[in-house]
Amino acid sequence: MSNLIFDISRKGRRAMSQRPGADLKVCDDIPASMLRKDVPQLPEVSELQAVRHYTNLSRKNFSIDTHFYPLGSCTMKYNPRGVHKLAMMDGFLNHHPLSLEENSQGMMACLYELQEMLKSVTGMKGAALSPMAGAQGEFAGVAMIRAYHRARNDLERDEILVPDAAHGTNPASAVQCGFKVREIPTGADGNVDIEALKAAVGPKTAGIMLTNPSTLGVFEEKIQEIAKIIHQAGGLLYYDGANFNAILGKVRPGDMGFDVVHLNLHKTFATPHGGGGPGSGPVVANERLLPYLPIPRVAKEGDKYRWLTEKDCPQTIGRLSAFMGNAGILLRAYFYARLLGKEGLHRASEFATLNANYIMARLEAAGFTLAYPDRRASHEFIITLKKENKELHVSALDFAKRLLDYGFHAPTMYFPLLVPECLLIEPTETESKETLDGFVDAMIKILDEARTDPALVTGAPHTLPVRRLDDVKAARELDLIYNAQN
Amino acid sequence: MPFIPHTREDIQEMLKTIGIQQIETLFDEIPDSLRHAPLDSIPDGLSEMELTRIARTRASQDSGLLCFLGAGSYEHHIPAAVWDVTARGEFMTAYTPYQAEASQGTLQLIYEFQTMMASLMALEVSNASLYDGATALAEAVLMAVRLGGKKQQKRARILMPASIHPHYRSAVQAIVYQQNIELISVPYLEATGAIDTKALNQLLDDETVAIVIPQPNFFGVLEDVDALTDWAREKEILSIAVVNPVAMSLLKAPGQWGTQGVDIACGEGQPLGIPMSSGGPYYGFLCCKKSHVRQMPGRIVGRTVDLNGKQGFVLTLQAREQHIRRAKATSNICTNQGLMVTASTIYMSLLGPEGLRQVALTCHEHARELKKILTNIQGVTSVFNSPFFHEIVLRVNKPVDVMLAELARRGIQGGYALKDAYPELSDCILVCATETKTIEDMMTYAKHLADVFEGRKQACPT
Amino acid sequence: MSNIPAKLHYTKTHEWVKKDDDTITIGITDHAQTMLGDLVYVELPEVETHFDGGQEIAVVESVKAAADIYCPIPGEVVEINEAVIENPQLVNEDPYGKGWLVRVRPFDKTAPELLSAAEYTKVVASEAH
Repeated sequence: MSNLIFDISRKGRRAMSQRPGADLKVCDDIPASMLRKDVPQLPEVSELQAVRHYTNLSRKNFSIDTHFYPLGSCTMKYNPRGVHKLAMMDGFLNHHPLSLEENSQGMMACLYELQEMLKSVTGMKGAALSPMAGAQGEFAGVAMIRAYHRARNDLERDEILVPDAAHGTNPASAVQCGFKVREIPTGADGNVDIEALKAAVGPKTAGIMLTNPSTLGVFEEKIQEIAKIIHQAGGLLYYDGANFNAILGKVRPGDMGFDVVHLNLHKTFATPHGGGGPGSGPVVANERLLPYLPIPRVAKEGDKYRWLTEKDCPQTIGRLSAFMGNAGILLRAYFYARLLGKEGLHRASEFATLNANYIMARLEAAGFTLAYPDRRASHEFIITLKKENKELHVSALDFAKRLLDYGFHAPTMYFPLLVPECLLIEPTETESKETLDGFVDAMIKILDEARTDPALVTGAPHTLPVRRLDDVKAARELDLIYNAQN
Repeated sequence: MPFIPHTREDIQEMLKTIGIQQIETLFDEIPDSLRHAPLDSIPDGLSEMELTRIARTRASQDSGLLCFLGAGSYEHHIPAAVWDVTARGEFMTAYTPYQAEASQGTLQLIYEFQTMMASLMALEVSNASLYDGATALAEAVLMAVRLGGKKQQKRARILMPASIHPHYRSAVQAIVYQQNIELISVPYLEATGAIDTKALNQLLDDETVAIVIPQPNFFGVLEDVDALTDWAREKEILSIAVVNPVAMSLLKAPGQWGTQGVDIACGEGQPLGIPMSSGGPYYGFLCCKKSHVRQMPGRIVGRTVDLNGKQGFVLTLQAREQHIRRAKATSNICTNQGLMVTASTIYMSLLGPEGLRQVALTCHEHARELKKILTNIQGVTSVFNSPFFHEIVLRVNKPVDVMLAELARRGIQGGYALKDAYPELSDCILVCATETKTIEDMMTYAKHLADVFEGRKQACPT
Repeated sequence: MSNIPAKLHYTKTHEWVKKDDDTITIGITDHAQTMLGDLVYVELPEVETHFDGGQEIAVVESVKAAADIYCPIPGEVVEINEAVIENPQLVNEDPYGKGWLVRVRPFDKTAPELLSAAEYTKVVASEAH
């Protein structure tokens, strides 16, 4: 039985070595009416109880450090420990964000060099590191596009085009920037439908948001034509960097015609996912959009670094965070890029692509249905379990849950929405052939179970701390905080 | 190649299975004209050992200063167990808990966090975090507009006190401006540094949807939160609190303000076990009344049962979020700040309610002491005549930039210069003393400050 | 095979419409409730509010999706089904009966463009792959 920390709490218990000094009674210079009278519901436990409780909780998780994690579009590659340790050095860790520039040169050097590296891998002219996740990077990029059109008094453009296969953050970010969203259908070959695109562009088009390779795991072959269509109509192109690991060191978004790009450092640059963040979504832009980049950014003058602020960048879309975004994550990404270097960054996309195509070939040989059998996998690919669902009554969800029993985290399920009963599989380059073979072998076993003993699959998982959870009950009977009365 | 485990044999076998001769063939769908990415600005790779030397040099350039800076980022003692446990691979390298059965550790922890946070704010629900305090305030504003804007007006206005952190106001502006929301600045009183309540009635109009109420405000000054909250209720606008979470163990919490409490409370979670780390990663917290929960952005964890009736935890109310609702989502947020929430939850468990209250009391005591010691120096005066918590504004009769630079050379970060954000306070600094500063530290600061004022040269440069 | 009562009318967006003398009643079809899964929440408009044809009038939510319900013709809401707010499961169990959502009084008598049961059956068939 897993107790909550509140179940273990006992009134008056305390971790005494954490007290700041002698206990103070009260402060007499704050009016009594402003003081809190009740006691907030925080745990009252000993230090050992807290350590034991949370250590045991951690052991209920799957993680990259413990399991193969082929989550498509998430790039769950190894998070190097060395990089983490360096970012935790005292001078970085205990450094106040509002320190004077003279006292921040070490950190700023790292940030400046990261800006330069990100410009280089994307083929862009300027970089801003402050957006704190991919979604915030998207917001920044779309806001920059908006600012660009407004600066030219081009006020009719209120539509952003988004493929129907796009990640949900794309239309959500566009709406957050005050745009209307227009969906473009995808063709059977996995590419954006060019004819539909041509029909959709016009004087209202502010821009298009694309991922390349797309969320379907394939390269958008006509990207240069798409760029031409959009630019000719007066719109701009936004690149969602979620799949950048597939083309890092191989293709540059700038060359493809994109005007602004965000990168997901917690994907491509191996910063840890942390159970749901923190991530980092820096934006890079070409000449046209340079003036609108968010602040703060780092500039170099001679051998000194300084902060660029609103005064230096009068057309900036502004500040997106209280301080320098997820600075610690930026540091980790910088150290990762320094470890890999030029050669290593090339190899990442090569081996990510090799691993994906290898699994794809083996699964196809084993009888699984590929969503796009005539296309190369990028660093990820999709299988559809539509046939198995129809014939054997097992769903992609059931497969995913049964994989957990085999010690593999499930791939991404039911995304993109276009492909029914799909699993989006992304192994990344840091996995060995043995691990990939183990995964394929498990998939084959589960398919066999679906034929011979389907309850094993539909009732999965069987071996985890909990069986399948009732999320309908969770949404209907909201239990979001622990009440002592419960 | 770092982190790539493939041997030559592996590669050969894999190519054979795929049916090609070389890895490059896998990129043959990409037009030739695009297959060109010279990584010019990227230096050659380094070993971990070589990189450590570079990191050490750079880290040491920025270290060794005695910190009296607050202004939204605070130096607190973080128990060793917090990051030892948080940095476990099972927490640090896990992903978003979409496969709930494989993520019960993270999910239960978030449920516990939600409970602690909601209780600290004295409100009914909390989400699982947003990016930081500034963006949390932006999301709170957007949430208030969704809640209050059912009047379907074209534009919404938010009363935003000038005494709120200038970077927060900037970030909120950059974000909400995109959706036709206007921030109306509410002035503070020169003598007290608190919100000018008389100005409020004049600034209110039909399009006003909410008021933002800080506690403490950016100057460390304590606001009359009861009066402000009741005023908002009387005027039928929403109230958004932005608070320091450590302070809420000592001061009345937003759910207890006025007769019925505020609608939404948010702020920066960094003080709860997160190191200053040059500005991030931190996290924003957001809490609200239960009736508003469907408009709350971000992830939320709910408790439920599994097939066998055993207790378990899942992400819930996901239909509000971008991956389902897409263009109509409450927010575009996807990745949030999960690891920081982990650290905070463990921190709050180690401190407990009494421990946290002692941290708050000690911070306040030290700030009082610092104020006394520094205003003893000829040329340093306190500016606001008000109750305060943990930070104060001091006026100095020396040019602020020069003074702070000289102090820094002597190893002291004396405070935050207010002139950029508050030209009317161009001769003032904001100073902070947390529980980590001793009387000796404060005396050291005072001695150096006195020397700087007298123009005395430093005896032995540190 | 989903249930599609012959007497009702339908929209491409999977609402059913029952015409009475002065009012129309709207709900979601059996096909829709199957696709959505167990409903967890229903958001209904306030009585006496006005809607245009094609405007969103309600939202139904399951754990994996949220769907907007569109008002087929301009009109005023005269009644809402409080029972489904309390118990969203009614929409799954009895989508054409106890799971009705909103009753609207049209502003004018012009017939809205609705599908017959046969036409809607074709729509459902074309969506099934």
